Amino acid sequence: MRERAASTLVELFREDERLALVLADISVDLFKPALRHDPRRAVNVGIMEQTAVGVAAGFALEGFHPVVHTIAPFLAERPLEQVKLDFGYQRLGGLFLSVGASYDYGASGMTHHSPGDVAALSTVPGIEIVLPGTADETERLVRATYANGRPTYLRTQTSTNARSHELAPGGLTLVRRGSALTVIAIGPMLDRTLEALDGLDATVLYATTVFPLDRQTLAAEAAPADEVAIVEPLYEGTTTAEVAAALAHRPARILSIGIPREVISRYGTVEEHDRELGLDARGIRERILGFL
Amino acid sequence: MAIHALKPSPSAVDELLDLMGRAAGDEKHDRSSASTLDVLYVLYEDILRVDPAKPDWDERDRFLLSKGHGPVAYYAVLARKGFFPAEELERFMTWEGILGAHPDRGKVPGVEVSTGSLGHGLPMAVGVAYALRARGLDEQRVVVLTGDAELNEGSSWEAILHAGSRGLGNLTLAVIDNHSSSVAMSSIADKLDAFGWDAVTVDGRDHDELREAFRRRGAPPTAVVAVVEQKQ
Repeated sequence: MRERAASTLVELFREDERLALVLADISVDLFKPALRHDPRRAVNVGIMEQTAVGVAAGFALEGFHPVVHTIAPFLAERPLEQVKLDFGYQRLGGLFLSVGASYDYGASGMTHHSPGDVAALSTVPGIEIVLPGTADETERLVRATYANGRPTYLRTQTSTNARSHELAPGGLTLVRRGSALTVIAIGPMLDRTLEALDGLDATVLYATTVFPLDRQTLAAEAAPADEVAIVEPLYEGTTTAEVAAALAHRPARILSIGIPREVISRYGTVEEHDRELGLDARGIRERILGFL
Repeated sequence: MAIHALKPSPSAVDELLDLMGRAAGDEKHDRSSASTLDVLYVLYEDILRVDPAKPDWDERDRFLLSKGHGPVAYYAVLARKGFFPAEELERFMTWEGILGAHPDRGKVPGVEVSTGSLGHGLPMAVGVAYALRARGLDEQRVVVLTGDAELNEGSSWEAILHAGSRGLGNLTLAVIDNHSSSVAMSSIADKLDAFGWDAVTVDGRDHDELREAFRRRGAPPTAVVAVVEQKQ
């Protein structure tokens, strides 16, 4: 996803003179063609994330569509106030593209983990938050959002789904219909969620845009059963309020399956973290069966 | 340069003090409580190319009040220039008014950025400086105003380091130094020079000194440290 996001942006950078690129020493090689093509609107500010976001806002004030890129915790959490004020309060648009979702840097410790990025950024009024599940979806979502006029966070992750989907306009796509429960799988969690649901009669919705969640589609497509499960590569409960609001007109029992809110200090691979935290297909199935 | 007591105020400054009084609800505002007043007056009178009839004029110079605190002098200067009617000052900080305790670009004509939280203006000003160059607006300049205490914020120094290393000559920093920082700042100009800027220190109440200092423009970004009386 990271490489596709970068190559897409390099292409867009050549086509659209209003695109401005702000880096903070991360992925500089991937964006080198843009930095060479027009260094007046492609800037590597160095290791200064607050300034990266502020500089991007300066570009936006002058009518550019800025893209800011760095590692998720240093984009979403460290300069959160800059995103909130320099973009949210000023009512400016810009694309915040992150790498290193959740525990993609599995061996790096909590400094480089970002299970809380979406929860933190969701407090910025007007923000759009998208989580593609494949490289192709990443490209489509980059193209669809980079000039949308509002702050947008696009989270790339190393885990991916095997195939891409035709994404519904609101970012909540019906994958299959069932009657025993409704499951909302977010971004790269779709494949393992489908595997976990083997033999279960579930409606499955695939969410690539989580803020704002397409409440209308969820309300219309949810199965009649009260049980609703969310599978999110985020701190557990990050999107629960959105789902609850969509279903406020009817009874719903909501389970969030996500990353527990605890200090994660083991090293190792993404798969090892998934297994330990119950976020592989087996762990997800156990949680859902227990819930039912 | 020596810092004197307040110089006799020229008539324009008297007018501004009257305007500030309308916001404060007193007859004559105290000049010493408006640390930014003379710098703002000189900038808007003699330095910045702006057109109150067209606040979004593309070829204007950009002014960013990073230090959103104590904006009444700013509002008075904008009102006197004609960006909005002076009567608006009487609705300062009221439900019906457009003038808050910190300025909002969505409400006040002539205000480039909504500020209040310290340390945001310099990074944004660096971005505007880049953007102007990218747009081919080479004559235009960006002036950003901070307080001396605001320079406690690390984000300011990120932007200062970056702008100095990239030689953003279309960027000017105005620092109002009323010694309000709890942390000793020693020489702000020396620090800026060390970060690659061209900084001068002047009497923040002396219009001639201010005018001369703000007219400088060169390869590196420029800074004017305007020293005024200590905050009471």
